[in-house]
Amino acid sequence: MGNIDYILEMDNIGKEFPGVKALDGVNFKVKRGEIHCLVGENGAGKSTLMKILSGVYPAGTFSGKIILNSSEQHFNNVSDSERAGIAIIYQELALIPELTIYENVFFGHELKKGQFIDWNETIVQAKEMLKRIRVNINPETKIKDVGVGVQQLVEIGKSLSKKVKILILDEPTAALSEVDCDNLFQILRDLKEQGVTCIMISHKLREVISIADTITVLRDGKTIISIDATERKVGEGEIIKHMVGREIEDIYPKRKDIKVGDVCFELKNWTAFDPSKGRKILHNIDFYVRQGEIVGIAGLMGAGRTEMALSIFGNTKHYDIQGALYVNGAKKFLNSPKKAIEEKIAYVTEDRKGNGLVLIQDIKFNTTLANLKRLLKGFFINQHEEVNLAKKFFKEVGIKAHSIEQSVGTLSGGNQQKVSLAKWLFSAPKLLILDEPTRGIDVGAKFEIYTVMNELVKRGVSIIMISSELPEILGMSDRIFVMADGTITGILDAKDATEEKIMEMATA
Amino acid sequence: MNKSSKFFRRNIRDYGMFIALAVIFILFTSLTGGTFISPNNISNLINQTGYIAVLAAGMTLVIIIRHIDLSVGFLSGFLGAVVAILMTNYNIPAIPAIIIILAFGGVIGLIFGFLVAKVGIPSFVVTLAGMISFHGLLLFATQAGGTINITDHFFNEIGNGFIPSFGRIAGLTTSTLMIGLIGILLFIYFQIKERNIKKQYNFEVSPIAFFFAKLVFVSAMITALILVLAVNSGISWTLVIVVAVIFVFSTVLNKTALGRHIYGIGGNPEAAELSGISVVKVTIYVFVIMEVLTALAGILFASRMQSASPTGGTGFELLAIAGAFIGGCSASGGVGTVTGSLIGALVMASLTNGMDLMGLGSSVQYMIQGLILVLAVVFDIMTRKSRLNS
Repeated sequence: MGNIDYILEMDNIGKEFPGVKALDGVNFKVKRGEIHCLVGENGAGKSTLMKILSGVYPAGTFSGKIILNSSEQHFNNVSDSERAGIAIIYQELALIPELTIYENVFFGHELKKGQFIDWNETIVQAKEMLKRIRVNINPETKIKDVGVGVQQLVEIGKSLSKKVKILILDEPTAALSEVDCDNLFQILRDLKEQGVTCIMISHKLREVISIADTITVLRDGKTIISIDATERKVGEGEIIKHMVGREIEDIYPKRKDIKVGDVCFELKNWTAFDPSKGRKILHNIDFYVRQGEIVGIAGLMGAGRTEMALSIFGNTKHYDIQGALYVNGAKKFLNSPKKAIEEKIAYVTEDRKGNGLVLIQDIKFNTTLANLKRLLKGFFINQHEEVNLAKKFFKEVGIKAHSIEQSVGTLSGGNQQKVSLAKWLFSAPKLLILDEPTRGIDVGAKFEIYTVMNELVKRGVSIIMISSELPEILGMSDRIFVMADGTITGILDAKDATEEKIMEMATA
Repeated sequence: MNKSSKFFRRNIRDYGMFIALAVIFILFTSLTGGTFISPNNISNLINQTGYIAVLAAGMTLVIIIRHIDLSVGFLSGFLGAVVAILMTNYNIPAIPAIIIILAFGGVIGLIFGFLVAKVGIPSFVVTLAGMISFHGLLLFATQAGGTINITDHFFNEIGNGFIPSFGRIAGLTTSTLMIGLIGILLFIYFQIKERNIKKQYNFEVSPIAFFFAKLVFVSAMITALILVLAVNSGISWTLVIVVAVIFVFSTVLNKTALGRHIYGIGGNPEAAELSGISVVKVTIYVFVIMEVLTALAGILFASRMQSASPTGGTGFELLAIAGAFIGGCSASGGVGTVTGSLIGALVMASLTNGMDLMGLGSSVQYMIQGLILVLAVVFDIMTRKSRLNS
């Protein structure tokens, strides 16, 4: 055993928060130059472990030892760990949108000549860095003008410029399209060649299997297993079993006796022009949903799926819209979310923290916010009724929290998503639009959300599900619309659909 | 005991303001040899707090939805001058004049709200422009003779008068004693009712010892206040108006859909918009409310001074904003209560009043007020952090 070259050993790590044992004797060993994936359900302790490694939780606030290159480390803050060559890239990227790529890359450790910044050298080095991450973009482009995939790579470039030895990526692919993911993985393999060690947290097991040299599973703050994936092929089912401690036979629960009714929602020749971008973002879309079915919308990042949802749901981005929208056969103009809600349409946003939930308020507040009318008695909110209904939906979607008075910001991603769901179920929708409903949440919570979806369609609700995860699209939809470049490039029946067919249409 | 100490630590923010207020009271009482809590001075203090408290109530709503209003000081001064002119130069009776002024405030609020919400100009800029313009308008309005004296008796009663006493019991005004008694009973009744409802839903309630301590403490405070007031002329009209304003806007925030929408927009405007709430409309409503309350503050101040002067309203906006922040409003929006801001306003007014009694110059006063504001916000941030960690 002694001859294995570990760059990092985290030994018997324990961390307690008031009332919770987040980590309990975790052992985590990373070999030099490998890609090591860390998986586990939300709340398993992955992020906490990485925060300890990167110095967010300083030495002394946890128990156990961090051994880097066979010498014990005591990080008091993030810059200590950076100096030791550890860099962490969070799910929420830390780039400044209004600054250029080269300014961002050297932000905080600017290249100086004397007292002043050496901009020429900065640009030259930024160009080299971009080559290293295979990005063919002018470094003088502003961050806000490049896609999230490139932003992710720039963030990696930024840590490379700090001479990183261990790169930690927290859910790097959560917001990426398949193409961007492949790109990212290629870069990670390049880095591996160059001797950089990578630790990646991910919920997407297929990716984990495709890229990992070692897979470590955490559950309830304990290391369950470390699997060497170079020796044999590891199965998704095997990992899931370790993650949840039980076997989930089918990630996508099957629906029985599907009763699909008449067309209840339709778009005809739907075209939208975005004045802020100065171009058309949706072209002549014909689209319909029948009562009681789940329609999946697949496509790459930037295909116009979220834009389509926003243009239907009250057009808050003020696109210029041509074409017609029908609800139950009647033409409607939905120029505010309020009107869309009145037509019994609900939209669970892609970005639950950004525009989905009021994080500083509690579960009850968020649950009832979109349909307070339901609770009004004269001028006043019937608070008795509010509590009862909030509790009902709390149970229905299976939120795990100590009470409906817990603030939403303190919940895990999966539970936040369930609150979003509860909020829109409270508005009693006939058409529910779900935008990336399971992004960044764990297998158990995913399964519960799918179950709720099935229950809803059984009751006659129609669902539009936008998703970048092909297995999810295939597993849940009755029909699949594929989008690319603001148009619908294909319509598939679920039973004829395959990942290959969808990808072909999405890249058309 | 461990449980209650934990509870106390988690809710220290809510009690902190009261503790600060108590410290200020004790400090000034000893520094002024008792003058500070003399019946005369308490009565004065309440009337001084009045117009700031009214402004702070409106400012609470504005700050919750992530805006600010710098114009309320000079606007209240200007509207005070206009009401004085209406009554003295145009012989309009007090009540119509007051109604005109409140409506005037509402129209200004409509314009501000429109500029902020619909046109998209930051409220800081809109109200800064308002502050400068209203300063000009105030000077213009009072240009002719400097100070405009108000002789209308009814109008001057608002800021200086007291509710009818209905005789005295043991030297104390009857009406004040009765109202105090009813107030305490209502307070205890509603507290117990609310606690029972919370228990029924299995929500967290304060430990029973805490609950009793709170009941006894607040009842004692009301009793003390009522006794002090009853020695003199009793409850002033200003106090009645302030209590009404606080009650109405507390109710709006806590019990109506508009209140929820305000908190929702403050917490996350995009999420609110996508929940079917019109951010534009709510923002306009809030500015209308703010400016109507500013008109009311202007009326209270002019009435108290029995005149309108070129310096009327100077610095009120800062006291109101400081009061709201001391009272627990968060600069990042979404958080704040009207009662908190009332306490904050009382803290600021007590500081002014106490230091005036001590004969401190305004140079020292400003320095101390600034210091208190920073300390209050530091305390706020620290307690919020520790609450998040636990």
